[in-house]
Amino acid sequence: MIYFDNAATTLQKPDCVVRAVSEALCSLGNSARAAHGGALAASRTVFAAREAIAALLGCPRADHVVFTQNATEALNIALLGLFSPGDHVISTDLEHNSVLRPLYALQRCGVAVDFVSADKKGNVDYADFEALLRPETRAVVCTHASNLTGNALDLHRLGELTRAKDILLVVDASQTAGALPIHMTELGVDVLCFTGHKSLLGPQGTGGLCIRPGVEIRPLKTGGTGVQSHLPYQPEQYPTRLEAGTLNAHGIAGLLASVQWIREQGVEQIHAREIALARRFYAAVSAIDGLTVYGDWTNDARAPIVTLNLRDTPSSELADALFEDYGVATRSGAHCAPRMHRALGTTEQGAVRFSFGYFNNGDEVDAAVAALRELSRE
Amino acid sequence: MRQRQRRAVVTFHTTAEAMATEKLCKAKDLAGKLISAPRSLSADCGIAWSAPVELREALVRALEEAQIEFDGLYELTL
Repeated sequence: MIYFDNAATTLQKPDCVVRAVSEALCSLGNSARAAHGGALAASRTVFAAREAIAALLGCPRADHVVFTQNATEALNIALLGLFSPGDHVISTDLEHNSVLRPLYALQRCGVAVDFVSADKKGNVDYADFEALLRPETRAVVCTHASNLTGNALDLHRLGELTRAKDILLVVDASQTAGALPIHMTELGVDVLCFTGHKSLLGPQGTGGLCIRPGVEIRPLKTGGTGVQSHLPYQPEQYPTRLEAGTLNAHGIAGLLASVQWIREQGVEQIHAREIALARRFYAAVSAIDGLTVYGDWTNDARAPIVTLNLRDTPSSELADALFEDYGVATRSGAHCAPRMHRALGTTEQGAVRFSFGYFNNGDEVDAAVAALRELSRE
Repeated sequence: MRQRQRRAVVTFHTTAEAMATEKLCKAKDLAGKLISAPRSLSADCGIAWSAPVELREALVRALEEAQIEFDGLYELTL
């Protein structure tokens, strides 16, 4: 199988990740629950992972890295825990349902939400963010890069705006953590939500939030923490405030290994390799008659994603032909990004997404291009 | 039975603070270990840092320099 569905989850992981999870399954107790060897080993692993992620993503404090099951849970915690009726939030058409659905739920509760439109290329006009500001605007909530087109938003520019207006910048880094350099403090990001199993190369069931000190998020879940047990309410201090119940220390051990591996390789080097594969594919498929390729490729500050359609062929049919006849794994359909599809005009047809990862190679890219060339002649 | 000794004991709000303290003390070569939070200090089920009592001042200085918050600092015979 040629695996080009890395934006959904990375299938190939560094060997050290597999070893770390296996060893963790044989050695870790429950973190934060006792002072015996097994529990302390889990607590040490979890804390080391907080430190590694803080260093990778530019979070000022390791204890402000909160672990969740995935980015969706992190985004729900952030959005439902930050905003209240009467608040106004600005988001974009680029968002995944993990941002959209919590925002729509908040709308039902009296939070006003406006969306900055995307054009046919999947780009936004940054002047629109400023135009949508109101006195009650609390935040800009946006993805770092679209999971459909790969187009990235300029967080530096948005950070300047949100800092100048004294509002929050909440970012969904699901497609970019580990794949694009991110320093949340330098960018002015207040809350950065990530998932572990995509470009961070860790196990599924891991993710989290990096929170700027001073940002107060109400807990979404309450329950056991292993500390302050006689307090009737969830403890106030991060990360415990947002972490109720047993953490996935086995998965976090794998995430620690993957983040260490990424830091050893260097995010810039990983990005260069992945974007080179994506550009090789983009250049080749752009020349094939009958293919429509989406997104903006004028610069490399983007996720390694190429999305396309073949004439009016339903995207599901093209994806199935690619896999059944050529062994090329892609993702068709709506990609949980309904507003982005509407902007591209692909709501009915969907689109076929090719997403590249560090463990792909040029031969695989060329094989997929050859498959599309053949299919385009049918 | 273990021989009981006078110890400086630090309690924390979160396990992350305890873990940060262990790492800090190892880096600074300050003796000590993580223990179950003594019942005499707290009815909690958290973990605490136990150090030789003569290191109390050095420990507090190190925690303050590293901006690691803690709940309380006590002297106990353990």
